[in-house]
Amino acid sequence: MAMVLRRGISRGLVAATRSLSTSFEVEKSTREGKPINLFSAINQALHIALETDPRAYVFGEDVGFGGVFRCTTGLADRFGRNRVFNTPLCEQGIAGFAIGLAAMGNRAIAEIQFADYIYPAFDQIVNEAAKFRYRSGNEFNCGGLTIRSPYGAVGHGGHYHSQSPEAFFCHVPGLKVVIPRSPLQAKGLLLSSIRDPNPVVFFEPKWLYRLSVEEVPEQDYMLPLSEAEVIRQGSDITLVGWGAQISVLEQACDAAAKDGISCELIDLRTLIPWDKDTVEASVKKTGRLIVSHEAPVTGGFGAEISSSIAERCFLRLEAPVARVCGLDTPFPLVYEPFYMPTKNKILHAIKETVSY
Amino acid sequence: MALICHARSTAARHFMRGLYASNVIGRRNSPPIPFSSGGSERCFGSARAGESVSPQYDDCRNQVLDFPGGKVAFIPEMRFLSESTGERISCYRVLDDNGQTISGSSFKEVTREVAVKMYRDMITLQVMDTIFYEAQRQGRISFFLTSTGEEAINIASAAALSNEDVVFPQYREPGVLLWRGFTLQEFANQCFGNKSDYGKGRQMPIHYGSRKYNYFTISSPIATQLPQAVGAAYSLKMDRKEACAVTYFGDGGTSEGDFHAALNFAAVTESPVIFFCRNNGWAISTPTEEQFRSDGVVIRGQAYGIRSIRVDGNDALAVYSAVHLAREMAISEARPILIEALTYRVGHHSTSDDSTKYRPADEINHWRTERDPISRYRKWIERNGWWCDDVESEFRSSVRKELLQAIQVAERAQKPPLKELFTDVYDVVPSNLREQEQVLYQTVDKYPGDYPSDVPI
Ligand SMILES: Cc1ncc(C[n+]2csc(CCOP(=O)(O)OP(=O)(O)O)c2C)c(N)n1
Ligand SMILES: [Mg+2]
Repeated sequence: MAMVLRRGISRGLVAATRSLSTSFEVEKSTREGKPINLFSAINQALHIALETDPRAYVFGEDVGFGGVFRCTTGLADRFGRNRVFNTPLCEQGIAGFAIGLAAMGNRAIAEIQFADYIYPAFDQIVNEAAKFRYRSGNEFNCGGLTIRSPYGAVGHGGHYHSQSPEAFFCHVPGLKVVIPRSPLQAKGLLLSSIRDPNPVVFFEPKWLYRLSVEEVPEQDYMLPLSEAEVIRQGSDITLVGWGAQISVLEQACDAAAKDGISCELIDLRTLIPWDKDTVEASVKKTGRLIVSHEAPVTGGFGAEISSSIAERCFLRLEAPVARVCGLDTPFPLVYEPFYMPTKNKILHAIKETVSY
Repeated sequence: MALICHARSTAARHFMRGLYASNVIGRRNSPPIPFSSGGSERCFGSARAGESVSPQYDDCRNQVLDFPGGKVAFIPEMRFLSESTGERISCYRVLDDNGQTISGSSFKEVTREVAVKMYRDMITLQVMDTIFYEAQRQGRISFFLTSTGEEAINIASAAALSNEDVVFPQYREPGVLLWRGFTLQEFANQCFGNKSDYGKGRQMPIHYGSRKYNYFTISSPIATQLPQAVGAAYSLKMDRKEACAVTYFGDGGTSEGDFHAALNFAAVTESPVIFFCRNNGWAISTPTEEQFRSDGVVIRGQAYGIRSIRVDGNDALAVYSAVHLAREMAISEARPILIEALTYRVGHHSTSDDSTKYRPADEINHWRTERDPISRYRKWIERNGWWCDDVESEFRSSVRKELLQAIQVAERAQKPPLKELFTDVYDVVPSNLREQEQVLYQTVDKYPGDYPSDVPI
């Protein structure tokens, strides 16, 4: 039986370079797990999804041999080539096929090899998956659909192996968009996404596939969607992010603490529909907000958060909401360190905001 | 100069014959298959179960339907087109495994000068692949991908084109650029993303491009270049240029929607474009059986109304001849041509891949040794007395030296200056980027340690 972990697990989890931790009490029973990396956590979730539901399928380009990031390793051997298979090289085909499969009452877990290559599937996702239920008056739905895709910078990906396209999908009513920050989160959120009765686009931070390591319970568990997590309590300023950017924000929090600034850090986890209340409550306490993401600042999801919080907390804000994000350029190879919303860019914004 | 013997007639008839092989199921005299459609009035196979065809339909046999696209004959038998042609479409070849021309083969004569340049460029490509691959392994460049096994496709196709023909590459065709004169230094500059890289260090290694050589800059997304090539070809036609567009792509690329859009657009717009498919058996780990169930790629041309040919991609003379004639037909008849070259991706997909995880080493070795396009071609030029061992070893070592030197120069060169991060997003830098540029300079001033020192600020 799957259990839903609500803020139950994980403290002092082992982590590599980009270290992550959460600050809630640990339930003994749920802590038993080995330290594993993020792709292994995804792999565990997929094993469980296929094991617990005979109508679940996993497919995409090169998933048969384990996928280019190894997330689907061992699945074809274990569950057979009818349930875990390579597709032809065609993202629109993958998405359309997945929608049809899901519409027949299956759990279609489709992989798009890189988020940068999701655009050929855009029409299927935006015009079909997102509107399947609404346009039919709920006669039909494709809620069993989950599209997984690695996103974000890796240090050397250039234009087409680095993008963060989440904002496009957040602009589409009918879709959910989920992005985990760590192995433990990834496993629980992916299982929730797969089992959620709505189509979900699940972006995985590929920079963390190997780098991020933490103890992950071996059993079946789920983490709630549309619930942000306050992963660090603070009083001077609220920082909001998701995915790989959380670890950069954590470093900025540490640096700010040395200057006596107390930051509250929130991982949004589900971008749409997002947990406004948690962010609002935090900003009402701190009076300041910074949002940070890798995607270009203009029209990024940070703009939506900024605007919503300005509406809700106008009188409590001590400073304008700041955004520390990617630049409004295509993702560049040699300039990647300049493009990125780095720890020090965030630190600088924290100081400016606090002393506004 | 011997033109392909009766180019239009012999060669063209040769490959058309393959395509016209019978591909329908159902024998003429077999009784109609019972079909319970509830008494439809249509002529096609409409007899009710157990009934014979009623007399009033007998005329169908002699009737034709005038239909957009031409007359369609009515027939009383219900025949489905077969899913296969039975026998696979044959493959045009000139050189046998021993590098001897197959008797009776029709091919375009190659001058000694061109023949030797072809060989030298194939060797150069091979040396480039070895040395850049090694440089990636040493961590000097971030990524690389070889054309190993596809040298004949790269070089011989380029040799049959003119420099005015515009190229829309996938990524495993650097030989086309090499043939046109791109220097080893220029290749190295791109791979190192230095200030002399025409792409200004913005893209990953191997994403070459050159306006001078009409080689549109490589883009990683698969198959996007195909419909673009059709648009470019249409422009060449409207401008009455003696040139065509050529686009290269892999077997995997043919699964993308863009492939189908491109073929259809090309046929309908009568655009002079050559679709050159490198069917190398694999798309990363996906073998062609999991990519498509048609008889490869060549057969699809016919479905779109495009003249097509399958060639032995490891036979430089066959590739050269096919592209030569394809080009002539594309330009003089304003039509697209599809070429499917059968070959094998001998290397890993890229430096991020280990292909022994998903394919047998025997298979790789077989293609690397027995089917190597370079040694086959070498036998041929050697037999012609145009090449020998001594020339070869001297040439190889001079290419090695030149390349190692180029790599050193490229590695030491500065990166493009920081301001280039903001240029070329639009024709001029807009206000939002000007603002971001200012802020960035301040940040770099404040935290210089966060930024690479080889990017001039
Ligand atoms: C739209 C898109 N989807 C996926 C990828 C990832 N990818 C890069 S190369 C490749 C396989 C291409 O195979 P093929 O077209 O046969 O070319 P080959 O590598 O064999 O030369 C894939 C799936 C991509 N670059 N673009
Ligand atoms: Mg291929």
